[in-house]
Amino acid sequence: MTTPEKYVTAAYCVVFAVVLVYLLIMALKLQRLERDVDDLAGRVPDEDEEETSQEPAQVG
Amino acid sequence: MLVTTALVFVFFVAPNDASDLGFAQRIFYFHVSIAFTAYACFAGGAWNALRHLWKRDPRADLESYVCIHQGLIFGTLVLLTGSIWAKIAWGKWWIWSEDELVLFLVLYLFYCAYFMLRFSVDDGPQRANLSAVYALFGVVLIPVSFAAIRLAKAYFHPEVFTLHGPNFGGSILVTYCIVQAAMLVLGYTLYRLELGAKLLDVRLRRLREVLA
Repeated sequence: MTTPEKYVTAAYCVVFAVVLVYLLIMALKLQRLERDVDDLAGRVPDEDEEETSQEPAQVG
Repeated sequence: MLVTTALVFVFFVAPNDASDLGFAQRIFYFHVSIAFTAYACFAGGAWNALRHLWKRDPRADLESYVCIHQGLIFGTLVLLTGSIWAKIAWGKWWIWSEDELVLFLVLYLFYCAYFMLRFSVDDGPQRANLSAVYALFGVVLIPVSFAAIRLAKAYFHPEVFTLHGPNFGGSILVTYCIVQAAMLVLGYTLYRLELGAKLLDVRLRRLREVLA
């Protein structure tokens, strides 16, 4: 490999590495957001649970 | 897909430079395209900042922030690939006496300071307004940085576009257009990805406040 070829390869590897690092950071951020969504979903009471916990009332 | 096509064109279709740069000239395709994408991101940031100041839309402020963040990432790539190019073409990684290099660094540092300003103020309308005004001032530096390439004196910085059109033709022009399109699409995709995550983050924060 000649010197210019090494430099060109280095330049393209730098571009690839920076984009890859950025995507990795974004993936970690999305993972954290997913955990937050799960956490919030856990705090919201389940609809079925709410329905069964209600006492039956006589109508009419 | 477009990036892969661009790489194929750069390495297998575009010819070697006739001057002493030879194979090393292939850095030019990505370096220039990334620089234009960075300028486009900064211009987009300024446009969204203007929209925010005009309509007081919090989403426009967020879009401006994401645009500038993308511009900074592409700006980092311009500096890195430019330095490698400078080492091959001029034998030095960086030359402080060259206006075009220093002016791009000034532009880059100006937008780095945008984040320092943004995160030094509490979240709210004041932060959004200050950031928007700052982003609008920054856009003035783009034509200055672009014009500096034409004013380069001691060392020769290649002039890609003149008033009479691009300074090249044939397969070089086709390759350049494909790489430019690839970089713009990549920039836009990353912008949409980051904006989506930011919007989700904002909505989750509000939801957490309601549930608390």
